[in-house]
Amino acid sequence: MDPSRGAISELPIKAEVRNFNFHYGEFHALKDVTMPLCERKVTALIGPSGCGKSTLLRSFNRMHDLYAGNRYGGEIILHPDQTNLLDPRVDPIEVRMRLSMVFQKPNPFPKSIYENVIYGQRVRGVTKRSVLDDKAEEALRAAALWGEVKHRLHDMAFALSGGQQQRLCIARALATDPEVLLFDEPTSALDPIVTASIEELIHQLKEKVTILIVTHNMQQAARVSDFTAYMYLGELIEFGYTEEIFIKPRDKRTEDYITGRFG
Amino acid sequence: MSPSSSSPAVSERLARKASRHISERIIEATLFAAAAVSIFVTVAIVFILVRESVAFFQQVPVVDFLSDTQWTPLFDDAHFGILVLLSGTAVSSTVALAVAIPIGTTIAIFLSEFASQRTRETAKPILELLAGMPTVVFGYFALMFVTPLLQELMPELPGFNLLSAGLVMGIMIVPIVSSIAEDAMRAVPMALREGSYAMGATRLQTAFYVVLPAAVSGIGAAYILGIARAVGETMILAIAAGMQPKLTFDPREPAATITAFIVQVALGDLPHGSIGYQTIFAAGLTLMLFTLLFNILGFWLQRKYRERY
Ligand SMILES: Nc1ncnc2c1ncn2[C@@H]1O[C@H](COP(=O)(O)OP(=O)(O)OP(=O)(O)O)[C@@H](O)[C@H]1O
Ligand SMILES: [Mg+2]
Repeated sequence: MDPSRGAISELPIKAEVRNFNFHYGEFHALKDVTMPLCERKVTALIGPSGCGKSTLLRSFNRMHDLYAGNRYGGEIILHPDQTNLLDPRVDPIEVRMRLSMVFQKPNPFPKSIYENVIYGQRVRGVTKRSVLDDKAEEALRAAALWGEVKHRLHDMAFALSGGQQQRLCIARALATDPEVLLFDEPTSALDPIVTASIEELIHQLKEKVTILIVTHNMQQAARVSDFTAYMYLGELIEFGYTEEIFIKPRDKRTEDYITGRFG
Repeated sequence: MSPSSSSPAVSERLARKASRHISERIIEATLFAAAAVSIFVTVAIVFILVRESVAFFQQVPVVDFLSDTQWTPLFDDAHFGILVLLSGTAVSSTVALAVAIPIGTTIAIFLSEFASQRTRETAKPILELLAGMPTVVFGYFALMFVTPLLQELMPELPGFNLLSAGLVMGIMIVPIVSSIAEDAMRAVPMALREGSYAMGATRLQTAFYVVLPAAVSGIGAAYILGIARAVGETMILAIAAGMQPKLTFDPREPAATITAFIVQVALGDLPHGSIGYQTIFAAGLTLMLFTLLFNILGFWLQRKYRERY
């Protein structure tokens, strides 16, 4: 049926979305979505505004649990232990301990740069200074921010520029050694130069973590991702290697969207 | 579009704009007048306070006013030590804040971060009812209910005391603190909370590590307002704390506060221009300076924290 599918299924899989449905109250926002996340690869979610990209991303770390009336159906399986992240018996806090998230707008806490980075450790009850210091440095280095902030770790995070704040949020997400990183349009509030640096960062990060990224920017999806999923009106229309999706999409709707967006 | 067809339209639009300017100017003038009246009233109050106080200080040296340890303005052997009244105000306010700040903050955290919509909708009107109750009711509640209750625990407690009045005053102030602090916490953007939850934080951790620090300037404002309310409270103290001026820092004793003294004297029939009459203004000016001090402190705190964020 599809030659590339066969190839993908032979890759190590980090997570699998299976027959996933999502409701905001009565509104059926995601319909029967099934797709894999390959280990240590970048998967991009693309599609027109309102198609459900953020909804899918936020299901992975159970953000929808924070609001009443939301309903999950189906499964999101995390490997290697095959935990169903959506199982009501699975504590959402446990889930969020394994998957980190970076939001569209930088949202540093009203704390120092240092306290922001080690927030995840604090929340996990780590108090040993040397461990915290090491973690902070490691995460800030990984987020390519260490050089810029090492002399002012105890300044307030709000004193940083927008791009630095977003990298701080990435450092914060990395400091807990997540298995999967979830990005929701992480560069849409940033200028092109900062965007390029964050894309470069994502490229480096995939050596260690599996990444799922929502983006409106087709060039960005083409540049950073290995796999792309095209969504439309709550359905997954097409999933495959990024080159294939961009060069020879199988579905007419994908083709229209991509040609339209590339102009 | 040709110029001939567009130019009348433009001038018409300008005319309409001009008329809009007139109505806007009327509104502006009205708003200005309203602001001016409130400023005028404030200035007039300060003017009268200062004028009468100046007359007072021509007879009583400022040094005596600040250092004397007795307050007997209506006796033949008159003493005017404002410290006596200040001590009453300080003790009763401290007791009140020791009640209002912890309880008010806890309620605010609970309502903003933990309570369901329905709980919040039930609790808020009840708290507002508490805030809207006449202070005389609180005064008698302190005198007739809280004091006897405290006397069970402390048999030597006098019928009039600062402790009971302060405790009840604290209860009265709880809704002020809780509602302003809650507003401040609810104004913290959801994105910050989501950021914290996404890191694996619990509700409690999110409330204490993220929401509280983000709302600190608003919470500070809530405390300052609570302090101002405690310092200015009159009725509860006049009823339940006794009106004997006494220099004390023991909340178990009866004492008069600045406000209690002012009502006491104002209710009597002192002739205009007498020294007893003028003491009210000196005491009132002192009270005003303290309130001003707290407002400046609050303003400064707010600025300082806003700078840091
Ligand atoms: N809290 C909510 N309650 C009800 N409906 C919602 C809620 N959040 C999103 N939706 C709806 O769910 C659908 C998917 O929304 P979602 O935010 O996932 O879209 P998106 O693909 O991320 O769009 P965008 O590219 O604009 O961010 C939309 O139709 C949206 O209106
Ligand atoms: Mg979105």
